[in-house]
Amino acid sequence: MIRDITIGQYYPAESAIHKLDPRVKLFSTLIYIIALFCFRGIAGFVIITAALAAVIKISKVPFKFMVKGLKAIVILLLITGVFNLLFTPGDITIWSWGPFKLTDAGISNAILMVLRLIYLILGTSLMTLTTTPNQLTDGLEKVLGPLNKIHVPVHAIAMMMSIALRFIPILIEETDKIMKAQMARGADFENGNLIQKARNMIPLLIPLFVSAFRRADDLAMAMEARCYSGGEGRTKMKPLTYDKKDYIAYILDSVFIVLVVAARVFVPFPM
Amino acid sequence: MSIILDKVNYCYSEGTAYQIQALKDINLEILDGQFIGIIGHTGSGKSTLTQLLNGLLKATSGNIYVDGKDIYDEDYNMRDLRNKVGLVFQYPDHQLFETTNFEDVCFGPKNQGLDRKEIELRAFEALRNVGFPEELYYQPPFDLSGGQKRRVAIAGVLAMKPDVLILDEPTAGLDPAGRDEILGLVARMHKELGITIILVSHSMEDVAKYVDRLIVMNQGEVMYDGAPKEVFPHYKELEAVGLAAPQVTYLMHELKEKGLDVNVNATTVKEAAEDILHALQ
Repeated sequence: MIRDITIGQYYPAESAIHKLDPRVKLFSTLIYIIALFCFRGIAGFVIITAALAAVIKISKVPFKFMVKGLKAIVILLLITGVFNLLFTPGDITIWSWGPFKLTDAGISNAILMVLRLIYLILGTSLMTLTTTPNQLTDGLEKVLGPLNKIHVPVHAIAMMMSIALRFIPILIEETDKIMKAQMARGADFENGNLIQKARNMIPLLIPLFVSAFRRADDLAMAMEARCYSGGEGRTKMKPLTYDKKDYIAYILDSVFIVLVVAARVFVPFPM
Repeated sequence: MSIILDKVNYCYSEGTAYQIQALKDINLEILDGQFIGIIGHTGSGKSTLTQLLNGLLKATSGNIYVDGKDIYDEDYNMRDLRNKVGLVFQYPDHQLFETTNFEDVCFGPKNQGLDRKEIELRAFEALRNVGFPEELYYQPPFDLSGGQKRRVAIAGVLAMKPDVLILDEPTAGLDPAGRDEILGLVARMHKELGITIILVSHSMEDVAKYVDRLIVMNQGEVMYDGAPKEVFPHYKELEAVGLAAPQVTYLMHELKEKGLDVNVNATTVKEAAEDILHALQ
């Protein structure tokens, strides 16, 4: 059950998308999000769909795997959809009951918001699925590098992020084991009211915290033993460099955003 | 209490890219009062098997009968099963959480819904049975040594009075002295309390001395199932799957090859020593 969480999960595969420089992927994701929130009209939507479908196809990540990430936000999608559907004022009211009314603007808003959210999750999870957490933080560190000048500890932040990401699966697995060990002693994590449930969590949380602190201690020791002393003068084993495919990706990004903006200007209907 | 496994399969992350078939068509019968060793290298499915036995995992297909009742029946009480089949996990740190060792051992009986008196009585009994020093009863469990932590963990399950006690690698991470102590303790519990014991390990040396039945697992299947004397002659096959027979088995085979008339089926050092003496006389 607990293993189904897919946040930050990497899907190993041999594809052009996997091999792209993480900075390119970060930038592309940003462009994609901007496009998603500023497009208008069916033409823009078609362009975005085509681009997303193409990238998913190239990435070789099974579509089924991506849909799994959507399961987590089904509730959010439903709430967004229903609220937009029932509370948007519009020109034509199709049906109304008390404060609820169904309007033309409501319907199109609901569809648009739900689609946007789905596309947002698909696009961003595509980035985390094709980029290892390490690459991602490397990319972020490089992109945010200039902030070092105004005394933002970019390296420390990146290091903390990569450690935190690395520990998510470890701690999930640990939680699973502790739950089982306590269930074997008759612990019950599912039944009871809220207060009982919270109380029943104690046998799970204490061993988890104890082990997290111990792991942190061990890790700090291991890093110190290897002379880690922060970002000052630290070099990379694999420095990030752009090559041909990265430049092509940047060009494609630009073409993509220009197309979406053009579609917004010239074909801004039916939305 | 008997446990019967009928064509049990278990598959992790079924239907995803990470699918792993952990157990394949396992058929086993575990009888009352046996002392069983389950041996296999890492990833052979032995830990998965133990978790199936007390219902922590549900088999992908197949049936498990405990005392003749199918545990996957809808009206079967899983908590009842967990009271009968106690499972001690590999790392005691995964279960110790209370402020004192004594309170921690009380956790299991408390969940069984017993009254306070009975709970404390059982905790005392269990701690005494595992030979835990009395002056540490009311100390916090986090400062204990590895061996003592393991004792508390075993006591924590023992206090629930299970009919079957499963120990998953109880000697992992212990020094030789600690290992012998824990294994001696387990053997004593089997004798004195008369409960069925299933000892999971990847070390032949550990189990050869104690168990009366050995189940060798390899890649999710039962490779051998029998008394140690029946299993160890296959030491060459065991080696091929990353396991090893006890050192005496090798010694006896080599002596035999060199022409000394010894019994190659000796499994313990004591047996072997007597046999060699006998052969030399």
